[in-house]
Amino acid sequence: MNNTEIVKQGLKKRYAREKRFQLYGKLAVLSGFVFLVILLFDITSKAWPAFSVTEILLEIPVDHESLGLSKDSEPNEEALSGINYAGLVKQAIRNVFPEVTKRQQKKLLYRLVSSGAEFEIKQMMGENTDLIGGEPVSVWVKADDDIDTYYKLETVTSRVKGEQVRFIEKLKAEGRIQTSFNIDFFTTSDSREPEQAGIRGALVGSFWTLLVTLLVSLPVGIAAAIYLEEFAPQNKITDFVEININNLAAVPSIVFGLLGLAVFISFFGLPRSAPLVGGLVLSLMTLPTIIISSRAAIKSVPPSLKEAALGLGASHMQTVFHHVLPQAMPGVLTGAIIGMAQALGETAPLLMIGMVAFIVDVPGGIFDSATVLPVQIFLWSDSPERAFTALTAATILVLLAFLTLMNALAIFLRNYFEKKR
Amino acid sequence: MSVSSLFLIVLGLGFIAFVVGQQRAAGYEGDTRLKSLPHHYGFLTAIWSSIPALILLLAWLSFEPVYLQKQIEQSLPVEALNQSEEVLELYMNNIHLAIQNNQAGDDEVVNNAVLHYQRSELHSRSLITALVFVLGLSGIIAGLSRLLFRLHARVSIEKVIKAFLMLCSGVAIVTTVGIVFSVLFEAIRFFEAVSVFDFIFGSSWSPQTSIRVDQVGSSGSFGAVPLFLGTMLISAIALIIAVPVGLMTAIYLSEYASARFRASAKPALEILAGIPTVVYGFFAALTVAPFIREVGESVGLSVASESALAAGIVMGVMIIPFVSSLSDDVISAVPQAMRDGSLGLGATRSETIKQVVIPAALPGIVGGVLLAASRAIGETMIVVMAAGLAANLTVNPLEAVTTVTVQIVTLLTGDQEFDSPKTLAAFALGLMLFISTLVLNVIALHIVRKYREHYE
Repeated sequence: MNNTEIVKQGLKKRYAREKRFQLYGKLAVLSGFVFLVILLFDITSKAWPAFSVTEILLEIPVDHESLGLSKDSEPNEEALSGINYAGLVKQAIRNVFPEVTKRQQKKLLYRLVSSGAEFEIKQMMGENTDLIGGEPVSVWVKADDDIDTYYKLETVTSRVKGEQVRFIEKLKAEGRIQTSFNIDFFTTSDSREPEQAGIRGALVGSFWTLLVTLLVSLPVGIAAAIYLEEFAPQNKITDFVEININNLAAVPSIVFGLLGLAVFISFFGLPRSAPLVGGLVLSLMTLPTIIISSRAAIKSVPPSLKEAALGLGASHMQTVFHHVLPQAMPGVLTGAIIGMAQALGETAPLLMIGMVAFIVDVPGGIFDSATVLPVQIFLWSDSPERAFTALTAATILVLLAFLTLMNALAIFLRNYFEKKR
Repeated sequence: MSVSSLFLIVLGLGFIAFVVGQQRAAGYEGDTRLKSLPHHYGFLTAIWSSIPALILLLAWLSFEPVYLQKQIEQSLPVEALNQSEEVLELYMNNIHLAIQNNQAGDDEVVNNAVLHYQRSELHSRSLITALVFVLGLSGIIAGLSRLLFRLHARVSIEKVIKAFLMLCSGVAIVTTVGIVFSVLFEAIRFFEAVSVFDFIFGSSWSPQTSIRVDQVGSSGSFGAVPLFLGTMLISAIALIIAVPVGLMTAIYLSEYASARFRASAKPALEILAGIPTVVYGFFAALTVAPFIREVGESVGLSVASESALAAGIVMGVMIIPFVSSLSDDVISAVPQAMRDGSLGLGATRSETIKQVVIPAALPGIVGGVLLAASRAIGETMIVVMAAGLAANLTVNPLEAVTTVTVQIVTLLTGDQEFDSPKTLAAFALGLMLFISTLVLNVIALHIVRKYREHYE
């Protein structure tokens, strides 16, 4: 047997091995995609119930007797706030179900409606005082979160009692129950009741935090990049700074949280839970990203440009700020946007500095207590109520939408300026 | 005067200084030509006026709270100061609350302290306002003097700018130093209470120190071995998923795939890296963990609902793009001549990859894997949401384990005093985390750098 024959004998096996190897590669690429699709599909399917809300039609009695007001005097603010609105809601429910008389059943009946319903009515009455004394007003009020989940998903849970199922059937038969778009999800802040909870507070908190991050990390990052790329002498100190930056980029984010807790809060006494501290911690975290990408952008500016400016008599500083930096700006901004996207999705360091508190108010500035979108996701995912799962998934979708937007902007910027060049 | 109006004053004075300097330079009639443009002289005067004032203002801002606190303490009678620490702290809280709400209470001492505080604050504010004005105006006066035109204004400005740029690049060092010191000091305080040996080699972790001394288990035990083991278990599962998949992805994309497929597949896979970790945590806790539990139960295994496997798998998926992009870089750095040589000798493509490309790229790949390991160790949200809270000394991936990062989060979230061993333990864990990731990073970056030099 000569060599050719020996090689030929093994050839079939070797080709099979080649095919198998390629297949493994394809499977590896595919598995990444499959996981991505499953993840997105799972979250979207969990999220969709949160975008609609179940409402129940009630006729709220507004005659003077029910409101407990006297007919003679104009209702002033004090009298309005003294009205038993919860009682009005209960009375309205009883009117829909006149056959229910037992105490136990009534309790179940009242639990059909969200505890926030009385505030809706209160607000409505405050805005339209001329309603008082007229015919009963028809109002769609929100259902309780358990009823909401049951009605939207049509799954039987132990939290909805058999009696309540009958009530819902009756409401359905009378056309008194419907679902509509959950606008409150975007306009209200956190609440203990899922049907009243929204992400406005977290959105505004994220905005303030990112604003601080941007204002701190972008100027400092660009300045550091310019210095390291253009002015720094080649010596040990510069090397040390570079190694430091590379290492910082790989330090776990939670360690930055410890830094924030020990330095900003304990030492400098800055307020806990405030976007100011969150923004500072996140800017320290995103700084390496911005420095590294800005340096790459500055490096990619053609040296001929620089030489021309220097040759015409511009100083080094003038060359950098008038010619190099403007050319590098698209790359710098792309890096900054990517850094901001990272900061927007970051959770762990913010837990350390107390942004996990339950906060109902929309933060009005960088010193107020606030929470941010990813922390809101973390908080809600911990809540036992089933309806919070949907809210969590919906918040994730909102967060992902923002991230997609930011990354798309970064890609657009890069492509636009590359074409222009 | 409020802090923001002080800043506005500095800005206003700086603007006036700019106008003064520029106007003077524009109207300059000397024997020699001016060395710089008029607006350079404007900027220089503005710098003279505002930089010293700004530095002073910032220094004052960071030390005023300390000064005021001292003033309050001085105003208190001796009896109040001699109380036990907790009572004193409560007292201080009352005083601060009274200051915030600006209302008189019925405690004479508190009212006195509030009055004293307000007086000291007024003094300190008037002093700083006066000083800011003096510094700002003296800058302007310097701009009006003859000194101005002796200077090369542009060069002076550029020196200031360069100093600023240098300062900014120093922020990285300051951050590192800040991390080391903040973590180290608290950790040292922790090790005064708990010995280092017990911490690193102890096998029982229950940090719940009780509030009363006489309660059972009041001391708490701080043996971190279960945490280290749990962290390693979850990271190992993650790497077992991420390394083969990531590496094969990189090989396929760089050696087999067409340019078009590669151009669209790579960014698509990088979406996985851009998804926030809290989203992975949600997915791991609510979808993967129950799924694994069901599968396990259907074959008769008992699986914890917060199994290490679920957290590990999801974490593995998260670092796939990380491994694949690092490996991709090193694989593409292998010279084409080596591939051509192997193919020319009759090897198939897979043989070339396995026997030539991978061995050549191995150091770089190892560096990438180490970086991925460091990322897995430091990953927080996935394990906080999907792994257990109780320490458990086991290597069974179907049981619940806890990790270093989970314990840091649970020890530090919620309200508690800053000095208890419980909170200090978090910093000791943070120190361990920082050291181990730092060592991994340094080794990995060193290997990758050496490897690059090898082929460049």
